[in-house]
Amino acid sequence: MFIINCPYCGERDQTEFSCGGEAHIERPKQPTELSDDQWAEYLFMRKNIKGVQFERWNHAHGCRKWFNMVRDTSNDKIQAVYKMGEKPPVK
Amino acid sequence: MSKNLRINKNNFIDQTTRISFRFNGQKLFGYKGDTLASALLANNIHLVGRSFKYHRPRGIMTCGSEEPNAIVQIGNDPSLTDPNVRATEIELYEGLEASSQNCWPSVNFDIGGINNFLSPLLPAGFYYKTFMWPASFWEKYEYFIRHSAGLGKAPTKSDPDIYDHQYSHCDILVVGGGISGIISAKLSAEKGLDTILIDDKSFLGGSTIYQENECYKINSVNSNKWLANEIESLKNYPNLLIKNRTSLAAFHGYNYLLARENLTDHLSINERKGKVRQRLWKIRAKKVIIASGSIERPLIFSNNDRPGIILSSSIKKYIDYYGVKTGENISLFTNNDSAYETAISLKKSGVKVNVIVDIRKNSNSLIVQEALELGLKVLWESTVVDTQGYKRIKSFEVMKLSDDGNSVIGNKAKHNCDCLGISGGWTPMVHLFTQSGGKLKFRNDDNVFIPDENKTPSDQISVGSCNGEFKLNEIIVNTIENLKSFLSLSNTCYDGIKIICPDEKSKRNIWLLPSDKPVGKTKPFLDFQNDSTAKDVKLALREGFKSIEHVKRYTTTGMGTDQGKLSNMHALGIIADTTGTNMGELGTTTFRPPYTPLTFGAIVGRNVGEFFDHTRKTAIHNWHVKNKAEFENVGQWKRPWYFPKNGENMQQAVQRESKAARDSAGILDASTLGKIDIQGTDASEFLNRVYTNAWSKLEIGKCRYGLMLNEDGMVYDDGVTTRLSENHYIMTTTTGGAANVLSKLEDYLQTEWPELDVYLTTVTDQYSTISICGPNSKKILAKIVPGLDLSDSNFPHMSFKDTKIRNVNCRIMRISFTGEHSYEINIQSNYAEDLWIKCMEAGKEFNLTPYGTETMHLLRAEKGFIITGQDTDGTLTPSDLQMDWIIGKKKFDFIGKRSLYRSDTIREDRKQLVGLLTDDPKEVLEEGAQLVENINTKPVEMLGHVTSSYFSPNLNKSIALAVVKSGKKLKGKKLIVPMENKNINVTITDTVFYDKENKRLNA
Repeated sequence: MFIINCPYCGERDQTEFSCGGEAHIERPKQPTELSDDQWAEYLFMRKNIKGVQFERWNHAHGCRKWFNMVRDTSNDKIQAVYKMGEKPPVK
Repeated sequence: MSKNLRINKNNFIDQTTRISFRFNGQKLFGYKGDTLASALLANNIHLVGRSFKYHRPRGIMTCGSEEPNAIVQIGNDPSLTDPNVRATEIELYEGLEASSQNCWPSVNFDIGGINNFLSPLLPAGFYYKTFMWPASFWEKYEYFIRHSAGLGKAPTKSDPDIYDHQYSHCDILVVGGGISGIISAKLSAEKGLDTILIDDKSFLGGSTIYQENECYKINSVNSNKWLANEIESLKNYPNLLIKNRTSLAAFHGYNYLLARENLTDHLSINERKGKVRQRLWKIRAKKVIIASGSIERPLIFSNNDRPGIILSSSIKKYIDYYGVKTGENISLFTNNDSAYETAISLKKSGVKVNVIVDIRKNSNSLIVQEALELGLKVLWESTVVDTQGYKRIKSFEVMKLSDDGNSVIGNKAKHNCDCLGISGGWTPMVHLFTQSGGKLKFRNDDNVFIPDENKTPSDQISVGSCNGEFKLNEIIVNTIENLKSFLSLSNTCYDGIKIICPDEKSKRNIWLLPSDKPVGKTKPFLDFQNDSTAKDVKLALREGFKSIEHVKRYTTTGMGTDQGKLSNMHALGIIADTTGTNMGELGTTTFRPPYTPLTFGAIVGRNVGEFFDHTRKTAIHNWHVKNKAEFENVGQWKRPWYFPKNGENMQQAVQRESKAARDSAGILDASTLGKIDIQGTDASEFLNRVYTNAWSKLEIGKCRYGLMLNEDGMVYDDGVTTRLSENHYIMTTTTGGAANVLSKLEDYLQTEWPELDVYLTTVTDQYSTISICGPNSKKILAKIVPGLDLSDSNFPHMSFKDTKIRNVNCRIMRISFTGEHSYEINIQSNYAEDLWIKCMEAGKEFNLTPYGTETMHLLRAEKGFIITGQDTDGTLTPSDLQMDWIIGKKKFDFIGKRSLYRSDTIREDRKQLVGLLTDDPKEVLEEGAQLVENINTKPVEMLGHVTSSYFSPNLNKSIALAVVKSGKKLKGKKLIVPMENKNINVTITDTVFYDKENKRLNA
């Protein structure tokens, strides 16, 4: 069970959070201009990496803010947390 | 039988406090401080249970949590009885009642013992091999297998005991109160760190505390005295919390650990009343020091499982700690020095030690010298090849070992005994280390798996014998040195410590000791609880099982309540020997939590009964209860389902309620619907993006129905949203979807559209909603809000009024989910019950009838209104629901829009919502029933299924909604609903069954 350093509240138990999947997948600005394949890529395709992964997390039972997190899925070490809109640490 | 084997010596038992207990009905005595096992042994009782498969008599074999045999049933109260309790761990209390398990009619005469003679017919995998055919017989086999499976009996009534959970945060958690744990705790506390020390026993000090031997000295005093002083000194640290009787169950990532504290199991039944039985500690430690120690290994030879065969170190603990002789003519069998310490302890306590059988060629360590000087007889380079005695060992046979140790030579000599101590060296307890993600390495010198210091997760350390350090000087010196760097200490109170201890010269390891008989004719037990022998492991290998994990499951070696604490190493050793593999490459099976079994009570804590899950009740709930409502669970909400009158069943009540609502007036508590307050200058734009239809032009004071999709185009939620002012809306959602809708909307606002000025607040609990529908609803409302102009011109359908009822603000929407003229009154929740009662009074002359969810569902189905989650299942688009009218085609974008013309969503043969009428109007379909066209072509093609089905009292016939492939084009088509005993003929219709022209909305 992780301890997650919420960028708004500080360190909290993982049970307060929910994971929202892969981060930095922006909703297309002009969906109508996309082909079926391009839209499907946005809609369905997510990475599931063994290693360093960028994830969205929500402090669901706390401040309810969304933020991003860099986690190594092979050892669950959290390498960084940062607010929505902030630049990710260099991959 | 009943003999007193207690010696009077300075030990740890309070021999002034006698405790009476019963074992298998026999009244016996022990003393305060005894375990059930030590008290039984003091009464000369070894036979405690029967083994799992062969029902062989089994006795107490150890003195701790690794015990495989002596597991008993405690008590016989149907709610309090506790199965599979280790006799070696349960502390004796006044009135304890224990009984043997897995035997019938008694442990002394057990019918199942026949299995022992059938054992050649019960090899590894017996069940897998035998009960395969004929397959149809499985149900019959299962009945008998289930009857013979399992050890103890589960309680049959619910547990009245109280269990707690407690969170704890600390700097340092020390697991294990042996000598290395004590040193660790003191160093940590001395540095001022917030420290917790836990140990599963009632006393601290591990095995050193009763090590009364001049060969072991620390700073010139005997090691036990030195340690006793150290334990005493721990009291001086207010920052050190010591938890006895607390067993660490699990070590998870981020140093999150679970430990179970036993608070009352050692008390007499009367002393337990009102107290918490067990507490599950949820500990977050900045750093963890594992000092879990090691356990002694047995030796593997034929018939090594008889009662009276005990681990040598346990014999020592029984005599030195409990003052209990495990026999009066004891012999020992060993491959290392530690059995000699037992021999010395026994000899000094006046117990006869017949011989020590040692498989080594010799040893001249200090401890062996002392034993020889005491006159103990050692048979060097010899092995026990067999034992005799059914319910208690009577004798054993010894032969010389060949030079290579692979066979036996010479003559067999028989020795009488009533107890045989066995010692196969020591196994570090690495369970917690590996649970936390640490990797092991194999040390060839003494055949142990120890923590790999290069593959240890951060912020933890293993010290003492669990780290593979077995000599007293190593344990102390290395623990101190390792902790210096782990805790960043420059100097310690232990600097300059002087230790004297014997130096063990050698250990000789033979995993499976040779016998004069072929392996097939012997019974060398590996896993005592599961009755798996070396033979079984070899058979599994011959049959092609190579992975240790597969061998484990096939032979059941290492399974059961002891999780192979004694058996795993030998199983691995025999596999390695047989396959010619290095044990380091073979690896171990996975160590999984919990380390020792946890009670369900400890796991669930206080989350039982009404605390199991949250229950949400509306503000009008008490009225519903008083008026005999039956309730339905909708999410966590309790909603009135129907209000039976005069012994009505559900069907009768719903028919009456539905008819009343359309004939005159009905009233519904709709408070559970989700309500989200939306404010901000971009509120309209936000609604445009989250709903399929257009919102910008909705007039202030007007309501609109909206459909919300997922990004994949599938219907997600629906509800009516009202524009309260220019930048202020109130959205209603489905009851079950409320929390998820809010989360989803928050997600989009925070991550995709942070530029929008919109604020969302849930007000579901703050406002209650009372819905009044039916042709007389207007007259009733007029009585409640006399000042309000209810004319269609002033208050038309799909509009709202801000008003006051007796000085309390309320919002009234004229919206309808039943198709009737209908109002929804929203009021602050603390006035809701009062208003409901006022409505009932006002409606009395109009037969205003309270109705529940079932009638609501029926009424809306008559109108063909969908319920998301009942008629939809996340695979239907608005078009599939024949709701193309709600898609704002001119809108640039909304959630899910692009998905509505993916190649898959525009297929014409998708499942689509239709109405169904049964040819027999009395026949009501089952929801979920399949729809087919042709019953005779096989396989029968499933065209769809029924999603909603009711008998309509207003139409006097059965109606249903269904999803059917290409349903939109099939109006008028006949289909079949095949049921178990009959086929029901149905016709596809329009989804609207009642008042197609919507005349009643303005009636």
